[in-house]
Amino acid sequence: MIKIENLHKYFENKKVLNGVNLHIKEGTSSVIIGGSGTGKSVLIKCILGLLTPEEGRISIKNNLIFENGKFKKNNKIKIGMLFQGGALFDSLQIWQNVSFYNIQNGKNKKFCLKDAILNLEKVGLSKDVASLYPSELSGGMQKRVALARAISIKPDIIFFDEPTTGLDPISADVINKLIIEKVRDIGATSLTITHDMSSARTISDKIHMLHKGEIIWEGNKDTINSTDNPFVVQFINGLSEGPIN
Amino acid sequence: MITITKNIGKVAILFLNNTGHFFIFFTKISRSFFKPWYFKNIINQMIFIGYFSLPVVSLTSFFTGGALALQIYYGGNQFNSEVIVSSIVALGITRELGPVLGGIVVAGRVSSAIAAELGTMKVTEQIDALKTLSADPISYLIVPRIISGIIMLPILIIFADIIGIMGGWFIGTQSLGFNGSVYIQNTIDFLDTNDISSGLIKASFFGFIITIMGCYQGFNSSGGAQGVGKATTNAVVSASVLILASNYIMTNLFFAS
Repeated sequence: MIKIENLHKYFENKKVLNGVNLHIKEGTSSVIIGGSGTGKSVLIKCILGLLTPEEGRISIKNNLIFENGKFKKNNKIKIGMLFQGGALFDSLQIWQNVSFYNIQNGKNKKFCLKDAILNLEKVGLSKDVASLYPSELSGGMQKRVALARAISIKPDIIFFDEPTTGLDPISADVINKLIIEKVRDIGATSLTITHDMSSARTISDKIHMLHKGEIIWEGNKDTINSTDNPFVVQFINGLSEGPIN
Repeated sequence: MITITKNIGKVAILFLNNTGHFFIFFTKISRSFFKPWYFKNIINQMIFIGYFSLPVVSLTSFFTGGALALQIYYGGNQFNSEVIVSSIVALGITRELGPVLGGIVVAGRVSSAIAAELGTMKVTEQIDALKTLSADPISYLIVPRIISGIIMLPILIIFADIIGIMGGWFIGTQSLGFNGSVYIQNTIDFLDTNDISSGLIKASFFGFIITIMGCYQGFNSSGGAQGVGKATTNAVVSASVLILASNYIMTNLFFAS
């Protein structure tokens, strides 16, 4: 489904991605874990085309979308994204945020409003929320709206950037469960980046660990506790001493 | 000596770097003008740039017209030149003060607001979100603002010209003892179409400067709240300086011959 080969990304002289290789199978839920500044967000932004890598290849659904330093347009693949802070459009009402893609594609207002309410209900929000603005919602509700927006386009692939950051444990658990349910409902492949191990264990089928711009470990979520990789052991146990500085 | 040379070199590189960045940005915008337009966004921006700037532009223009009338009267009184007050107020307002002061006032209000809004959208990943939802941020956010600036500034300046001249008329009749109808007749007789049109062409160009500077600074801001603050300041300063510099060049082009 998603195949990344030898991906490199630099910022001025700083190497952020150092030959990342990653293969994500269709219909699975993968999680990339790693400390702050290890290149997780950069990797996801490179796949989305928000950043341009210097080297490497990216293929999605057997379509080569990046090679030789250039992206190739492919309108057939629909990708949804849940940003870390939600990234809801402040100037638009909630229903306009959720149905943004439909509005831009010329669908009429009645259809967009109905579709937005339907998607809001899917993430556990009532239709009363539809007419509000993002600033009138709590952080957890904003994340739900962002999830509703991401699933509204019925994506083939859905990315989650730190979906539980900044939420209380109960809201975080609600978001984790919603992610599992909704991804399963739409039959999408998902890729999540997080440093929240509880979230990673709940959401994932497979976990990959990124360190200094390289995937240093990958395996099923059941095997992560039994690995002897010192980087993984230090990270999942939250130890201050170990190979990760 | 080496330090001075080094600093000059740094400034020169920074200047060239920024100029290059700006031209890349400008090229992207130019291409987006040929893509479908977001008419709803254009109308919203026209209201924001034009309608909501009208009170502040009107006040600025009224008081400038009044002050200009007083200055000409007191400066010209010794040569018995009160009669030319109306014509010089009309010329000064339509050719220079209307578009330039109006442009600077709108730069303070609009350029800063655009830079702050786009800067905030950038740092909160809203611009990235637009891209993931298949909307081109330049077509969606920037082109409507630039089109609105180019259209609305001349309209604002038509109001500024009328109100500025009325400011001169008000002071002339209420404070300097001029005859109101003679004042207006003198203004009409002396004004030429070129005086008004040159001011409106200037205004249109200022509208472009104001909006593109706001968009450029906002779109390229980084580093959280501090970055947004810096972008806002840079937008107003660069727009104001460019308005004054381009005004000189355009005045030279229109009136030197």
